[in-house]
Amino acid sequence: MSARTLVVALLGIFMLAGAAGDPAERLTDPKAEGRARALFREVRCLVCQNESIDDSEADLAADLRRVIRREVASGVSDSEVRAFLVARYGKFVLLKPPLDLSTLALWVLPFAALGGGAWLALSRKPSPPPAPLSPEECERLKGLAASPGDGANAA
Amino acid sequence: MIVEFGAFSLILAFVLSGAQAGFGFAGYRLRSAPLRGAAEGSAFGALIATLAAFLVLMFAFVTSDFSVQNVADNSHTDKPLIYKIAAVWGSHEGSMLLWNLALTGFGAAVAGFGGRLPKGLKGLTLAVQGLLGFVFLGYTVFASSPFVRLLDPPVQGASLNPVLQDPFLAIHPPFLYSGYVGFSVVFSFCVAALIEGRVDAAFARWVRPWALAAFSLLSVGIVLGSFWAYYELGWGGWWFWDPVENASFMPWLVGAALLHSAVVTEKRGALTGWTVFLGLSAFSFSMLGAFLVRSGVLGSVHAFAVDPKRGSILLVILALSVGAALSLFVWRAPSLKSGGLFALVSREGALVLNNLFLATAALTVAAGTLFPLIYQAATGHGLSVGAPFFNLTFGPLMGVCLLILPLGTFLSWKRASLGPVARKLAIAALFALVAGGVALAIFKTNALFTALGVFIAVWLILGALSELLSRAGLGRLGLGQVGRRLVSLPRGSWGMTLAHIGVGVFLLGAVVETAGRIEQAQVLHLGEAMRVGNVTLTLQSAEFHDGPNYTAERAVVRVDRQGQGAASSSRMTPERRFYPARRQTVSQVAIETHGGSDLYVVFGERREGARPSWLVRAYFNPFARLIFLGPLLIAAGGLLSLSDRRLRLAPGAKARVKPAGPVGVSA
Repeated sequence: MSARTLVVALLGIFMLAGAAGDPAERLTDPKAEGRARALFREVRCLVCQNESIDDSEADLAADLRRVIRREVASGVSDSEVRAFLVARYGKFVLLKPPLDLSTLALWVLPFAALGGGAWLALSRKPSPPPAPLSPEECERLKGLAASPGDGANAA
Repeated sequence: MIVEFGAFSLILAFVLSGAQAGFGFAGYRLRSAPLRGAAEGSAFGALIATLAAFLVLMFAFVTSDFSVQNVADNSHTDKPLIYKIAAVWGSHEGSMLLWNLALTGFGAAVAGFGGRLPKGLKGLTLAVQGLLGFVFLGYTVFASSPFVRLLDPPVQGASLNPVLQDPFLAIHPPFLYSGYVGFSVVFSFCVAALIEGRVDAAFARWVRPWALAAFSLLSVGIVLGSFWAYYELGWGGWWFWDPVENASFMPWLVGAALLHSAVVTEKRGALTGWTVFLGLSAFSFSMLGAFLVRSGVLGSVHAFAVDPKRGSILLVILALSVGAALSLFVWRAPSLKSGGLFALVSREGALVLNNLFLATAALTVAAGTLFPLIYQAATGHGLSVGAPFFNLTFGPLMGVCLLILPLGTFLSWKRASLGPVARKLAIAALFALVAGGVALAIFKTNALFTALGVFIAVWLILGALSELLSRAGLGRLGLGQVGRRLVSLPRGSWGMTLAHIGVGVFLLGAVVETAGRIEQAQVLHLGEAMRVGNVTLTLQSAEFHDGPNYTAERAVVRVDRQGQGAASSSRMTPERRFYPARRQTVSQVAIETHGGSDLYVVFGERREGARPSWLVRAYFNPFARLIFLGPLLIAAGGLLSLSDRRLRLAPGAKARVKPAGPVGVSA
């Protein structure tokens, strides 16, 4: 199968997306169902291009939904479900990369950039301030201030 | 024969772009008017030659000439004419041709409309633009030619992916590419100005119209693509933080930052280096996007499937152009003058803050898009960075940025105080608080977040209106006078107001649609009904029918609306289409819009049984239309500003300043 047909095939899967709400799959307890749906949005459909299993109608996504619904229904916590998925499929399965040493750079970057940028902007020296007036200029200025009338009249 | 003429034209365009670069640089070096004229002539020639090649390819598609490989791979005799034309840019090769058409088109526009530019700057800009054209046309001619012939032409073509056979998708690439490539002019201007070592208020004034045009076109391109995803992909999603979407969003964000920093450079002569840096970055991100989409390094539904070798050539082009431009910047930037002191609380201060947030947001999107690649290379394992990451990082960044936006528009240049601004914005703030409170009461899930979003959206819309009215003198002058002054305000002011309202409108739609969406799925037999919100949907019939190049099963669904006022009923006809040429099934959703909110119905597969049944999914998407209206308002605001007399005039020299002689000392 060439890369092209693969893309088209995957697009086909993508097209039929949006089946997490299929009544056949739903849990009866609305609270558990809500939790499961929230988890679906964080879990990547592994055979699709870039979608969550909440959106995908691929068979594998349906399998994952079934597994997660079962876990949720049996009272397993969200973080335990995530840990289970990562143990089985690797970090790739989570759309939100977990914060650890290897992803620290990613999570810190936006805030570091903001802080660094703010620091740069605040410490910015636009241009050297105009040189201080020389003693002669100060004298002239004083003379001007003391002279009666404004500049225009004096001219 | 005509196809060979197209291939020849493409090579001619490549040569002419090279000549444009050569004449341009020589004309600058030797200060020669005839050489500069030759560069302009080459720019027009390159456009005409690229256009000829483009029209030839279009002709090949329209006449279904399957001896051309590109046509055989992407077209089909049964396809409607509009999709035969759209297939011209539906493939990697054809879309590179479109990219080149935009590139040479903008080059010719600089030659044609740049009459008021200083001759040296204009010549250099054309030279750099020519160099870009030379590189990308060279890539197309030697590595991605759409005119390759087949020795053994097939009788029928493979057709275009049916998902792409859609009017909005057909017209969105021309907008998108004009936007991407429009930033090439800004890039060329910046490189030219760096070579000349002159970046000042006048420079910002010349660059701004091109940035405005590119930004507006890119906005339209992105929103058309987003709207397509919304109704074509079948579950009402409109933004997926997909790598290819991000690729178009990064230059957009940088372009937005550039438009604002260029204002500071134009009015106050400050932020010169930063403005140039953004000018170089915008097109760099466009090129990065082109590489990401075409190299196959990222998994995305929008990506072209091309072999990695072509991708690596693009990577070399990207590295060379960005590397050269940034080196030039690092070398020249310290010599740029940066004038205009300002206090922290001032228009400049607010615009610096705006740039800080927009640039960080662009960087965040870039990091989220590229990190999986880096991670894979470093650890050998895959990593996903999806919507939850962007919601947690990009979301708060933009939230703060938009929260301070209305304040910034009221501040005066150099030094300002917040007291009077707060008084002028009190009414906007009050209404925004009320709107936020209402949202808090209505929405159950994520109520606090939603309320904050609604607050910011209303705050943006009313804040922008307050600024316009206050500029027209409301509160100081009589109503009649305010009306007259409103009409005579410069179009740039209207443009800014419109664009900021657009941001608010988009945000309102996005937040309310996300929080208030109702979703329902049910398996229905004929005659059965389901409820979505206060609407009842009844499946009345399901019939097969034939389209031009597909067969479809079409449902007729009766919609009964209860609720305030008279009950109404209507009919919707969602379909499932099968395209035999590609053996693909595509869902054609039905959408009914009421007051900006959408009822969205998807007709599922037939389930055989004693009586056949179908899975019908229906969504109520409140305020969904605002999501697409907002960006269009932003684009309209940009174009309105573009038509402002002050930009069009673009005086050839700095404003004449009366020589400020020593005051009254001569006597």
